Amino acid sequence: MSGSPIYHALNVTKCIGCTHCMKSCPTEAIRLVNGLAVIDYDRCVYCGQCHRVCPTNAFYVVQDDLAMIHSFKYRVILFPSIMIGQFPEKYSEDQIYDGLKKVGFTHIYEVEQPLQVLIDSINEVLKDPDTPKPAISVYCPAIVRIIQARYPDLTENIILRKAPHNLAAHFAIQRLMKEGARREEIGLFYATPCIAKIAAVKSPVGEAESIVDGVVNMNHLYNKVMKVISDSEVPDYSDQRQNLSREGITWSLTRGESCHFGSRGIAIDGIHNAVRFLERVENDQAQGIDFIEMRACDQGCASGILLSGNRFMTVERLERRAKRYPSAKDIRPEVIKLNTSDLKEKLVLEPIMPKPHFIFGKERVKAMEKMTRAQRIVCFLPGIDCGACGAPNCHALAEDMVNNKAKMSDCVFLQQQWESEGRISPNKAFLNVQKKWGTDRFKADCNKRGRRNEGF
Amino acid sequence: MKLTFSIQGSDFTHAGYPSSEVKKVLKQLDIDGKTIKKIVIALYEAEVNVVAHAWKGTATIEIEENKISMLLEDEGPGIPDIDLAMQAGYSTASKEVRDMGFGAGMGLPNMKKNSDELIIESEVGKGTKVKMVNYF
Ligand SMILES: Nc1ncnc2c1ncn2[C@@H]1O[C@H](COP(=O)(O)OP(=O)(O)OP(=O)(O)O)[C@@H](O)[C@H]1O
Ligand code: SF4
Ligand SMILES: [Mg+2]
Repeated sequence: MSGSPIYHALNVTKCIGCTHCMKSCPTEAIRLVNGLAVIDYDRCVYCGQCHRVCPTNAFYVVQDDLAMIHSFKYRVILFPSIMIGQFPEKYSEDQIYDGLKKVGFTHIYEVEQPLQVLIDSINEVLKDPDTPKPAISVYCPAIVRIIQARYPDLTENIILRKAPHNLAAHFAIQRLMKEGARREEIGLFYATPCIAKIAAVKSPVGEAESIVDGVVNMNHLYNKVMKVISDSEVPDYSDQRQNLSREGITWSLTRGESCHFGSRGIAIDGIHNAVRFLERVENDQAQGIDFIEMRACDQGCASGILLSGNRFMTVERLERRAKRYPSAKDIRPEVIKLNTSDLKEKLVLEPIMPKPHFIFGKERVKAMEKMTRAQRIVCFLPGIDCGACGAPNCHALAEDMVNNKAKMSDCVFLQQQWESEGRISPNKAFLNVQKKWGTDRFKADCNKRGRRNEGF
Repeated sequence: MKLTFSIQGSDFTHAGYPSSEVKKVLKQLDIDGKTIKKIVIALYEAEVNVVAHAWKGTATIEIEENKISMLLEDEGPGIPDIDLAMQAGYSTASKEVRDMGFGAGMGLPNMKKNSDELIIESEVGKGTKVKMVNYF
């Protein structure tokens, strides 16, 4: 369907064509074709909403092969603190670190360190009178992409500072090189909580190339570690966590950023909430707010689609863990001989460009004709937004029609009407529906969803 | 293309619907963001005036290749002295309206500032017609 890179896809043998993903996609990027979901990757912002609502786990994530880590002498795993919250409580931090070592990594760093460097850097941006307000955090890549696509003017409000995994990557390089490693011997692997972060590494926005050499699906890594983890005595890995702070541990949670910035910071989580709020920001209806933390996932990364734990339990566990750690400002860089100014420099992002995807073509007169036609079509559609046509709602179907991607007869209600008016034979009408939904759709099937009392 | 909306007096909760719909259309037409912003601000203020000061009204929006025309017609008390109403800070808003955060007397001046043409006709006791045009 497009030349855009693909980081998630659909397992066609699992998809049951239930319309859930199509209806909850915030960019209307999904249609049902022949009874199966099809993603338009040009519109996809990788928020993972479709994974979340899929009742059959039909979406899967494209990932790097973990075996590739062995082409490096120094193999660094960078993972967000949130991963610690996934493991059963009986395992200590060191036991988890030890498990990661057994999986094949030589150095283990949580990404949110040394956080004060990032906090200072973001504060510099916020202090600059030229920074448009409200300034929006760059943290969640799905949010960045949806801003580029749907709120192109707000790209100017995005804070041009990289995400924690970049911070930790540069920090790891600095540390390892100090210990005598050569740059090309260091492999950096980032355990991601979501496809948005995978996309951010694979086709970065605002940087030419990601510093990270590969991404590891966190769910996959979790399973690997669980296989080798030991609950007996393990070595002490606390030197790898020297720069980890209270703020770092909760950074990926809702309010993890907003509580540090601005005189009036606000935190929005959940992709649909984000869309509604961005609409407000675009209309200048967020006056007085100077900092916006915005995450595609409810409870922030605690509900990233590659996480396995319950998000509320994860949050509680991280909050408890955070209490045991010092505040970021109390970790003095001189103690650990960090070159913070070098780190800071590396955190600066290039401007983020708008990429409006929702325009009706470049030629205004033609676009207006199309929109007028779509509006006219909507007059004849029932407005039920049932999705049986394969489009998420009646309006989307009308838009698809004027873009020659759908036809009037795709609407099952119109078909019924035409049938009753004798304009189309019942047989032809049924064939139309079969074409959309496949011939098997109408066979009796006692394993069908809903059959096993899967309702409320 | 033409869009029509009805506006209910005193319904502050839904004020802003027409302007956000118009914004969506203009974005889909790839109109420059700064221009859209001006249009949305002007239209929003005009809608709120109907909500705050009149009984009910309609907004009729016509989009052409190079311009947008916005006509807001209401049934309401009308404006006795338009020049006075246009002055920044002039407001007859009730306490109730002011408590909702409106009534700074900045709506009409903002409409003037953000539109390329603004014509107001009003008949006391009957209603008000506001016409605004912006060019792309
Ligand atoms: N549609 C209308 N019908 C009747 N009176 C109106 C209408 N629009 C404006 N006015 C009168 O003009 C005055 C000034 O309007 P303006 O929009 O500038 O300020 P406001 O509505 O009082 O406050 P603000 O717009 O800042 O919330 C109003 O207080 C009201 O007396
Ligand atoms: S909130 Fe976190 S886990 Fe969810 S999409 Fe954004 S970065 Fe990924
Ligand atoms: Mg007003």
